[in-house]
Amino acid sequence: MRSDRIPLVALAGQPNVGKSTVFNLLTGLSQHVGNWPGKTIERREGTFICDGRVYRLVDLPGTYSLTANSAEEVIAREFIVREKPDVVVALVDAAILERSLYLVAELVSLPAPVIVGLNMMDVAHQEGLEIDVQKLEAALGVRVVPMSAAHNVGVRELVEAVDQAVRGEYLYAPRRPAIRADHAEVLAEIERLVSPWTPSPYPPHWVALKLLEGDEEITRLMQAHLPAEQWETVHKILKAHEDALVAVASGRYEWIRQVIRAAVSRPRRGQISLTERLDRWAAHPFWGLVILAGILGLAFWLTYTVGLPLVDLLDAHILQPLAGLSRAGLEPISPWLAGLVADGLIGGGGFMLTFLPILVIFFAIMGILEDVGYMARAAYVMDGLMHPMGLHGKSFLPLFLGFGCNVPAVLGTRVIESRRARLLTALLAPLIPCTARMTVVAFLTPIFFGAAATWVSWGVVLLSLVVLAASGMVISRVFLRGERAAFIMELPLYHIPNPRTIGLFVWQRTAEFLRKAVTVILPVSLLVWALSVLPGGTMENSYLAWLGYRLEPLGRLMGLDWRLVVALLSSFIAKENAIATLGVVMGTGEDAGLARLLAQAYPPATGLAFLAVQVLFIPCVATVAALRQEVGWRWTLFNLGFQLTVAVVVGAAVYWLARLGGL
Amino acid sequence: MKWIRRSDCREQCSALPADHGNGVVPLSALKPGERGVVSQVLCGRNLLCRMATLGFTPGAEVMMVQNYGRGPLIAQVRGARIALGRGEAGKVQVRRET
Repeated sequence: MRSDRIPLVALAGQPNVGKSTVFNLLTGLSQHVGNWPGKTIERREGTFICDGRVYRLVDLPGTYSLTANSAEEVIAREFIVREKPDVVVALVDAAILERSLYLVAELVSLPAPVIVGLNMMDVAHQEGLEIDVQKLEAALGVRVVPMSAAHNVGVRELVEAVDQAVRGEYLYAPRRPAIRADHAEVLAEIERLVSPWTPSPYPPHWVALKLLEGDEEITRLMQAHLPAEQWETVHKILKAHEDALVAVASGRYEWIRQVIRAAVSRPRRGQISLTERLDRWAAHPFWGLVILAGILGLAFWLTYTVGLPLVDLLDAHILQPLAGLSRAGLEPISPWLAGLVADGLIGGGGFMLTFLPILVIFFAIMGILEDVGYMARAAYVMDGLMHPMGLHGKSFLPLFLGFGCNVPAVLGTRVIESRRARLLTALLAPLIPCTARMTVVAFLTPIFFGAAATWVSWGVVLLSLVVLAASGMVISRVFLRGERAAFIMELPLYHIPNPRTIGLFVWQRTAEFLRKAVTVILPVSLLVWALSVLPGGTMENSYLAWLGYRLEPLGRLMGLDWRLVVALLSSFIAKENAIATLGVVMGTGEDAGLARLLAQAYPPATGLAFLAVQVLFIPCVATVAALRQEVGWRWTLFNLGFQLTVAVVVGAAVYWLARLGGL
Repeated sequence: MKWIRRSDCREQCSALPADHGNGVVPLSALKPGERGVVSQVLCGRNLLCRMATLGFTPGAEVMMVQNYGRGPLIAQVRGARIALGRGEAGKVQVRRET
């Protein structure tokens, strides 16, 4: 150990092995969430203390292997190779030992010492697996710590093992996997050829292995470092052994087989586990969809029945008094400043914050479903319905998040492997009617449709989903042609949700949203507020109204006058702004008065068209910012143009059809 | 085993008969509860790599968990349940275990 710095520990593991539970247990609130340099992948780091010594713990992205298939895999291995952690803790799932040791087989080929955290021992026991930890240690040549992180068992022992390793008391002598025998010579040959040119700190043996696996990053690296002739020779050998990656993978699984044979006694065959029983329903092509619909319905019901009253409470008891107070306090000093704080800051930015209860509830439900293991089943049963859009089941997960808020939906597309599917999903996510839009719908439908309001609301949701599906079909066939990516995903075992993991999931999503609210939404809502009062000080003569008048001819197509156009424009900052703006342009700040005025001023056909345009219209500023971050400016502009066109066309169609229908 | 370019792969898969007579069938032909041993995976490099990582390598034992004849299916390999699109499952050749 280098004594001049804080010991560095990396936490590695495949998805669903309980990595975040362990990370949260160890670091608690000391953790810091950021992004890996140059990437939009979350980087989590924290500290923990053992025997008075402080350790830095970095959570590596959860990956199945370390071949450059995805950015996550590159990040994980570059970190181990370049940052040289003192210890790598490799978490494995004892219940799926065979598959989850695959990552360990890769890790032991890298220089950093590895300690295996054998997690989910309780689940393995339930499944009837008997694992002899000492024999496992002997077979691997690696320290193994049995644990059940969900029950806080074994975490202390893991920390002690790390501490011992850092103090230099860990004799690390791993038995490393060998390539399948028929490729041993080729591997040796390549290693001999590249060895003199391999740049530090890459181990030559590992580089040779990665070349044979066809790893694009390492291939590029070695092409740059090898003299042209030498590369030509290597390249020729690689071309002749393009199937070598199977030999490498088989070698690793053979290594695992030997380890398992030494340490694990197999369970009885034919035993039906809880997961299997649940999946007979949850993954059934028909009943699975029924269950999913039920869960979604329940999720929305909970979100709105618990969340909306809270939102009203926050608005009535905190925001409005706050706005009134600041207006009263600042008016004598400067009416301008009063407007800026009360209308711009509190009215625009503050309104977003009252949405927190809805978002927190929604994220909590998502967190539970995810932690239980259900979300993978939702993706599985939705696979068929996603195909016509050129997508597969995995894209359903971020889209589902979009019902809460489009921002995490766009960011959540990172779970999708293929670039094309990720892009397409990100472009479609803003068409999901989010809670903010649904609030506007919930406010306006009773005004125009009275008793039929609920049906109209469902109709609006259905309309946006139909438009989403149609857009997916069009974009995937016209603008983003290409093959649908392969659908492969693991269905993890069901388990009891861990409150801590869910709590942190909710906290991180909410924090992400709050960061966006402060850095993007607040400045822009101030800007739009300025546009709505400049130059004369009133909305009617403002720049925004001027823009509304200019755009009125377009609005007329959809039955909208300049006031409704301005309301739409202001919803760009935050969707729920539409109502506040309507209040301003209709000349009333109070909801009941606004309802009466709106009902008098507009026919139901206009109301319906406004609702349709409102849910389909360009996404809010925060979503645009997220889109730009995930897909770049070009596709973000494409998305804006596309949604604007769709909103105008659909809005006009709705308006004229409603007129024909006598509304 | 040989890996085949994507374009070739498609033809290969669709041209495959249900059974070669030696018990080798695409994974998608296994019924729920049936077991088999992977003999080869016929697809492009990227997918091949992901499949191999998840455990679909020659010699691996697989068991079909759910297969309704259309849509995606669930297979158990190396102790884990993997959901696969029907197309992807068609690229995994298995020898049926009796």
